Amino acid sequence: MKIARREAWTGRVLLLVLMAATLMPFLSLLVTALHPSGSYPLGLEWPDDPQWGNFATAFTAARMTELLKSSVLIVLGVVPISLVVATMAGFAIGHLRIPGRRFVFLAFALGLTLPFEGIITPLYYLVRDMGVLNTRWAIILPLIGLFMPFSVFWMRAHFVNMPEELSESARIDGAGTWQLFWRVHVPLAAPATSSLAILLFLWTWNQFLLAIVLVDDPLQRTMSGALGAFQGQWGTDIPLLCAGSLLILTPTLTVFLIFQRRFVTALLQGSLKG
Amino acid sequence: MKAAVKRRNESRWAGWLFVLPAAAFYVMFVIQPLVMTVQYSLYKWDGIGVATWTGVANYLRVFTDPDLFAAILNAVKLIVFFSAVPVVLGLAIAATIRRIAATRLALVARTVIFLPQVIPLVAAGITWSWLLSSTGLVNQLLTAIGLEKITRAWLGDFSTALPAVGVIGAWVLLGLCTLLLLAGMSKIDPALYEAARLDGAGAFREFFSITLPSLRQEIGVCVTVTVVAALASFDIVYISTQGGPGNASMVPGLEIYYLAFSERQVGLASALAVILTVLVIACALPIQWLTRDRES
Repeated sequence: MKIARREAWTGRVLLLVLMAATLMPFLSLLVTALHPSGSYPLGLEWPDDPQWGNFATAFTAARMTELLKSSVLIVLGVVPISLVVATMAGFAIGHLRIPGRRFVFLAFALGLTLPFEGIITPLYYLVRDMGVLNTRWAIILPLIGLFMPFSVFWMRAHFVNMPEELSESARIDGAGTWQLFWRVHVPLAAPATSSLAILLFLWTWNQFLLAIVLVDDPLQRTMSGALGAFQGQWGTDIPLLCAGSLLILTPTLTVFLIFQRRFVTALLQGSLKG
Repeated sequence: MKAAVKRRNESRWAGWLFVLPAAAFYVMFVIQPLVMTVQYSLYKWDGIGVATWTGVANYLRVFTDPDLFAAILNAVKLIVFFSAVPVVLGLAIAATIRRIAATRLALVARTVIFLPQVIPLVAAGITWSWLLSSTGLVNQLLTAIGLEKITRAWLGDFSTALPAVGVIGAWVLLGLCTLLLLAGMSKIDPALYEAARLDGAGAFREFFSITLPSLRQEIGVCVTVTVVAALASFDIVYISTQGGPGNASMVPGLEIYYLAFSERQVGLASALAVILTVLVIACALPIQWLTRDRES
């Protein structure tokens, strides 16, 4: 009993230390953002006269409204298409048991750990030849392809566990494969698809490499790519950079805090399956 | 009967239509560029003019040019920080907080230590560039505990730039590893621990005989994810050091970017890209295979 209590206390202390270590960088960012623009503040030092106006300045300087719009448009391009296409493929491989499914599955699995840097050079020329370089399509289309291995993997894992009887009875009622898919299986797959949607949203929103290589204009990029450009432009004005970074983080943090349970579960499962 | 079988077979082949769109995206934007990378890597090309065939010359250059090879070595060194630190520390933390995992404090902590996973790596890079700068929090803390002598601009120093980048990676990945391992531990049958306690096993014994062996799969996942993150690192390095000072923290991902888009050495960049891809797959596959459950 005594041991258990001591263990519990060590555990609590450790948790607090861990949380402090995680939050400290954010706190430092906030405190620094409140210093006068252009000054060189010291580490963690509360300013005499907090400049809350820095956030407004950074909001305009970073052109946040346009950035938000751009990121949202990219997410709206990537996530719905990926979901539909991957759900169909997962259904065929996991449930319809199409001939040659092992091969198809392996072919997709090959792409699971592929580093994006490995194909970024030809992607540039490919996207250029398609005539979409420097548009949001240059990020959207390749990302759908790059997320496909994981998405198919994820949806297959869901469909393998769906009982065969379910489809049998629907077929007896005269449903074709297409109806079987949309009427019976898509509604039942909601938990899997919604988790996948969360993951794809996050990965799209945070995508950096494709954004900086394939799109020149920061206002047509993802939030993450724009942040990189913002650093290049305002890198010497530390308070303003910190204020801008916090602003750019706010949308993700808000979404995360609202859906935190789902996020954590989805990401943990995501790494387990990937 | 025969008709039913025939219809089934037809519908099985019809299933291919369901795979087609996914396959199209995958082939178009992953397989095709992959093949193109290999093709590019055999040529000398500036991205504009005529490409000349050079065979394996680009590959030889990656292995003989000290700067290029150093980038690969740096990526391997980063594994210590990105992988070893989060996994070992994550195991220790998860084992310590296992018993209080259901308390309210632990639930709050779950959300908090997950934050680094959610924010863009670019943001982590910017934040830590500031923390590790000469006037940043890290130096302030060191001064406070009397270690003023070792304070420096951590990311700008030849000897500390790479480890400093590693620290950023460790910060990002520690929470994920801890939570993954904790989730794994919650699946272990508590009766095992009770039996061990009755046999008089201490906390260490318990950890090495029960916890660790049961976590095989979770540890495998943590190691795979973090090793891939180390080898293919780009965002953090791009933001915090740009590979510098000199070449001290250059990694293959960033080198590919510079070679292909600033120095216009597309062939050389592609050879490095092929080597990076092979390296990542060569590391990820055996870890997966070694730690998979035998039955699945």
